[in-house]
Amino acid sequence: MDESDIYARLTEIFEDVFDDDSITATPALSAKDVDGWDSLTHIRLILTVEKAFKVKFSTSEIGKMETVGDLVTLIKARV
Amino acid sequence: MNSLYSELQWLLPVPKDFSDRLKALDNSSGPLGSELRALAQYGLSLNQLTKLAKAIARAKSDGKSLDPLVPFRLAVLSNSTIDLMVPALVASAARRGIALEVIQPSYDQVAQEALTPDSKVNSSRPDAVLFALDYRALPLKLSLGDSEGSAATVEGVIGYLQALRDGIKKHSNAVCIFQSFAPPVETLFGSLDRALPGSTRSLIDGINRELAELVLRSGDVLLDVAGLAETVGLANWHDTQLWNLAKFSFSDELIPLYCDHVARVVAALRGKSGKVLVLDLDNTVWGGIIGDDGLEGIKIAQGDAIGEAHLAVQRMALDLRRRGIVLAVSSKNTDEVARAPFEQHPEMLLKLDHIAVFQANWNDKATNIQAIAEELSLGLDSIVFLDDNPVERGLVRKLLPQVAVPELPEDPSAYARTLAAGGYFEAVTLAAEDLKRASFYQDNAKRASLQRQAGGVDAYLASLEMTITFQPFDGKGRARIVQLINKSNQYNLTTRRYTEPEILELECDPTVFTLQVRLADIFGDNGMISVVICRPAGNEKWEIDTWLMSCRVLGRKVEHMVLRKIVEHAHAAGVHKLIGTYRPTERNKLVVDHYAKLGFNKVREEESGLTEWELLIEGTTDWEGVPMEVVSTGFAIGAEAPVS
Repeated sequence: MDESDIYARLTEIFEDVFDDDSITATPALSAKDVDGWDSLTHIRLILTVEKAFKVKFSTSEIGKMETVGDLVTLIKARV
Repeated sequence: MNSLYSELQWLLPVPKDFSDRLKALDNSSGPLGSELRALAQYGLSLNQLTKLAKAIARAKSDGKSLDPLVPFRLAVLSNSTIDLMVPALVASAARRGIALEVIQPSYDQVAQEALTPDSKVNSSRPDAVLFALDYRALPLKLSLGDSEGSAATVEGVIGYLQALRDGIKKHSNAVCIFQSFAPPVETLFGSLDRALPGSTRSLIDGINRELAELVLRSGDVLLDVAGLAETVGLANWHDTQLWNLAKFSFSDELIPLYCDHVARVVAALRGKSGKVLVLDLDNTVWGGIIGDDGLEGIKIAQGDAIGEAHLAVQRMALDLRRRGIVLAVSSKNTDEVARAPFEQHPEMLLKLDHIAVFQANWNDKATNIQAIAEELSLGLDSIVFLDDNPVERGLVRKLLPQVAVPELPEDPSAYARTLAAGGYFEAVTLAAEDLKRASFYQDNAKRASLQRQAGGVDAYLASLEMTITFQPFDGKGRARIVQLINKSNQYNLTTRRYTEPEILELECDPTVFTLQVRLADIFGDNGMISVVICRPAGNEKWEIDTWLMSCRVLGRKVEHMVLRKIVEHAHAAGVHKLIGTYRPTERNKLVVDHYAKLGFNKVREEESGLTEWELLIEGTTDWEGVPMEVVSTGFAIGAEAPVS
């Protein structure tokens, strides 16, 4: 799976989690850019990503994640 | 993780157009309840439940009606993070026909909310309060090997829960829903933890036992989270990372399952639970097709893997019947072919006696299920339909969306478990009447189906084995006599109303002839069903002042038997002529021909529609045989002689 596939899949996941199909997953996208991306929705996002890509992040990785780019780096390292 | 439970596999997989259908709701103005309920019938994930809840919230804020969903206000008190759960609860409740409003106080404010009279929870007047507590909310002091210390800890915890309950009861009087506690996975000694007093595991065992007793005693409600966690496995239930990260008391993957269980209990509190299990036969109740494979070919024997799977379905159906669930059959078969295994196969656990309504024919199943509902006089939403055939399931879901239709896997080994996992028959209490309910409905259905089957009315009436009992008015019957006289509208010839003192007067007047009539049949006692008053009208005549009958026994020839009794007594009293009157009202059209049918001659008719009738006592001894046993008691001696 190359990076563009990951971003495409993430865009679908964002649609699902935020119930908003206007969001596109880009490397710089972060919580402050998206309405409703609070700490709990962040957890829901991470859980959905873990399920979709069949990966599991560590507690410290989840804590350090700030942008979608960080998330993609972690996914790439595992799939 | 077992996907039956984590993915709610008794529900259909989520269709591709789920999100589009949700969005379409925003443009729909009508009551949205039915479509919301339909959209909730899928095995929705946490994200999909959240979307559905958002659509419900939008509909509410736009002022749209959620009918026919039934409103319910649930306050949730928890020591963990429930924010992600709240929308999932709302969506899961829609699945069970409930428009749920969740009252969610601040994080970990359980005692404050329960005990403060004007707290957010108490002042919002919820219908129920869910104490969504997990073991971390409890003061569990380890006292290893110390029975007394351990008992004191359990007592302390129960006292705390009781105090929370008393607070809610006092300040808002809501129903309290307690959760049993799922123990942590980790042990201290290993297996010994279960046995050793004062270990976490044995403390939680003790608390769960005491809590169950408390709930049975107090009339509160139990949500068996410990049972749920056992079902999916404690290691799947507890997610340590999620607790540390966000204070989730159990795995996010099990939120849909948990919320469905909360919704079941809430729906049961509103009386929305299954009451009838409709069973398909071929490849559901037994393996194989009776019409093709024959009695020897179908699989229901012990020792045969497929046979045992179907026996498990039968056993579950039988157990459900034992707790009051009505059983019915809907099968595409010739009736006698479908009945043969019930009557002749030695391994069948289910017998015809267990089945309230047996529909084996070539109609479509939606028509049959509708007939079953009508025969039982129960709503379609109380029916659960079990069928191995996806086409039949699909048809019933489409034509009768109110009927619950569990999705079944390919392998019959999982049928019984899947049916149970669906939680269609959730109940929060067991009343003595529940245990009798299955046979009660069965009796009513028997009457109705006998009527259709029996060759002709008389054969049907004979099969009812009726006993009719005649008595003059007396003190014991007086209250019911007064009630019938003042309430009966349809089968009432004159609609004359009398008070209790007036009835007492008639009772004591030897010149007045009175009758109270009771009817029993093989299904039970119908109680008092008819009342007659005859007054002397001079010149050896009786005038029938009042003649009424309960419509429950219409078409049973009760009126013929009553006339026979009147004639018998008139004859004994030297009366030669009966005079009957029909006084029309807006409600008694039913009896306009009453006297004509009984052989009276019309002698007078008024413009108002009032008619007067006569019957000569002589020559009315030629009675058509009515198959009914007659009992007469309480009449003056000499009047008991039967008419010959």
